[in-house]
Amino acid sequence: MAKLILEIQDLHKYFGKLEVLKGINLKVYEKDVICLIGPSGAGKSTLLRCINRLEEPTRGKVIFDGVDITDRKVNLNKIRSEIGMVFQHFNLFPHMTALQNCTLGLIKVRKMRKEEAEKKAMEVLERVGLAQKAHAKPRELSGGQQQRVAIARALAMEPKLMLFDEPTSALDPELIGEVLAVMLDLAARGMTMIVVTHEMGFARRAATRVCMLDHGLILEEGPPEKIFNSPEHERTKEFLSKIL
Amino acid sequence: MNQIIENFFNFEALARSQKLLLIGLETTLRLIGLAVLLAMGFGLFLAVLRHANRRWLNPLIIAYVDVVRACPIIVLLMLIYYALPFIGIRLPAFWAGILALSLNGGAFYSEIFRGGIEAIPRGQTEAARSLGLTYMQTMRIVILPQAIRIILPPLTTNTLELIKASAVASTVALPDLLRQALQAQSLTLNATPLVAVLMLYLLILLPLVQLVTFFERRVKNSG
Amino acid sequence: MDLSGIGRYFFNGEVMLKALPLLASGLVMTLKVSCVVIGIGFGVGLILALIRTGTAKTRVVGKVVGFLIRLYVDLLRASPYLVLLSFVYFGLPFLGVNLSTFWATVITFSACLSAFAEETFRAGIEAIDRGQWEAARSLGLSFFDTMRHIILPQAIRISIPALTNWTVAITKAISMASAIALPDLLKQARWAQGIFANPSPLIEAAVIYVLLFFPLVKLTLFLERKWGKLV
Repeated sequence: MAKLILEIQDLHKYFGKLEVLKGINLKVYEKDVICLIGPSGAGKSTLLRCINRLEEPTRGKVIFDGVDITDRKVNLNKIRSEIGMVFQHFNLFPHMTALQNCTLGLIKVRKMRKEEAEKKAMEVLERVGLAQKAHAKPRELSGGQQQRVAIARALAMEPKLMLFDEPTSALDPELIGEVLAVMLDLAARGMTMIVVTHEMGFARRAATRVCMLDHGLILEEGPPEKIFNSPEHERTKEFLSKIL
Repeated sequence: MNQIIENFFNFEALARSQKLLLIGLETTLRLIGLAVLLAMGFGLFLAVLRHANRRWLNPLIIAYVDVVRACPIIVLLMLIYYALPFIGIRLPAFWAGILALSLNGGAFYSEIFRGGIEAIPRGQTEAARSLGLTYMQTMRIVILPQAIRIILPPLTTNTLELIKASAVASTVALPDLLRQALQAQSLTLNATPLVAVLMLYLLILLPLVQLVTFFERRVKNSG
Repeated sequence: MDLSGIGRYFFNGEVMLKALPLLASGLVMTLKVSCVVIGIGFGVGLILALIRTGTAKTRVVGKVVGFLIRLYVDLLRASPYLVLLSFVYFGLPFLGVNLSTFWATVITFSACLSAFAEETFRAGIEAIDRGQWEAARSLGLSFFDTMRHIILPQAIRISIPALTNWTVAITKAISMASAIALPDLLKQARWAQGIFANPSPLIEAAVIYVLLFFPLVKLTLFLERKWGKLV
């Protein structure tokens, strides 16, 4: 029986008077690759950011690895170190090299020694294919390379869950492939992932489940073949017909 | 607590110092008003002159601005009031103050105006001149109105600093607010006049500080 | 106007030479005060900026702290240096607080510099893209580690032009302390002028000031040009 990594119970999020998430329920098991799709403003990014509390849920529970992380008393920094996040605009630390970007979390949060951290960082950089750029600063790297370093940075922490917020939306088309390749590799090796994306090709190949979000609710959920080939909900059909 | 009120907020002492302080207020207001006007005018003049790019003139202007900006106002004032008399130039305290503030302030303003003027693309000048406008007309009608908007934050900040600096005139025996307050203090043996003067300055300058913050916020949001 | 006097009265080599030791001690005092003021001013300014940005999100505490710090900063920005200094040196004794000219000067100007420094640091911190915070916090970094390793290094770098600008302004203003008889460069020059009945020491001091500040002003301009912003 697969382990339940994340459970979202009746999640609501208000921005002032505007209700952006209207009651999300989601279960994510180990090795699941969940793709969140839907039109702009549906709440996909907000949902993702509520999982590691970059946005504070207004109501509802987020239970990560058995721990209710919406509880005020929980050690948020420790929880966050076990959830990796990859951002649309990479958010690499510009004053640090690729290697330093990856070792920072290991040294400061995992309290590793520098040599140990650098060894681990080189391993993950190797995995994303950028070991030779370890000492480059972000401004010396292409967009695709920067995003791969960002993935390595999150990966170095050996997270139980990785969140991807439109990881390829800010990239030039010819650079998207290298990033998707890394993500496919991660999925194949069994990383539990939740990905907000418009790349349906990736969803088809790697997703174990696709969730269609619209106006703050999950309208439909199911394996990619079902969602893409025989969607049930009207809005899903409408959305997919515009994209595919 | 009572000690504080008696020594710093003593209305009786304030009433007795009234005449002295009013003289001070009048002097300070005249000093500030004239100094800011002259400094801005002088600064604008230097900036426009510099922009006209007469090759022999620029090094002189640059040298003047750099040297004067590196010299503290009070030093300049001391030179004017205590050194010049030795070669026969004897200025009364008020005019020594005006001269020092205008020369120094003017140098700073000229750099601010210059920055604003240079921020306007050459194309604007070229278009205006192509229409047949003279240099002065171009400056007055096309360049300066645009430049002024850009430089409002540093302009207000510098004006703020100039007004704050005007208090140095008290050191050459000008009966301005500060000097009168110190006189009143020795007369009444009470620090209330000094507190009153500080508050008077705050009354004038706090709105200016808020203005600076407002302009800076506006630039930040539009940029 | 007696121009022949310029050589005798303004550039009198003999007097200038004799005044040199006096001026030297004045210069040392000026530098001493400046260094202490810069150290305390930057330190306090940075701490205040950190407190202000750190509590900005919390509701009640954040608003109160923000208001108090803003009050502190605005009042100091609006106070003329000499008036404030006079108050500290001549007014505080009424409360039994008797400061030396050195400490009255240091406290007054450090406070003023700290106000400008707080504004500058705060603007620098707020200019850092939110994404940097989010990435660091997502890794599990604490608020302090995020500030120390990610935000501040970047914020301080963009603050440097404005900081140098204010430092030059404040250190020039410190010469006003000669008015309360702090034995700084200007005071010593005035004293020498009195002793020798000749204003050459004053010119000498002015030259020293310009030599001191000219490179600093140039540095500020260079930094402004390199790192943007019309301060």
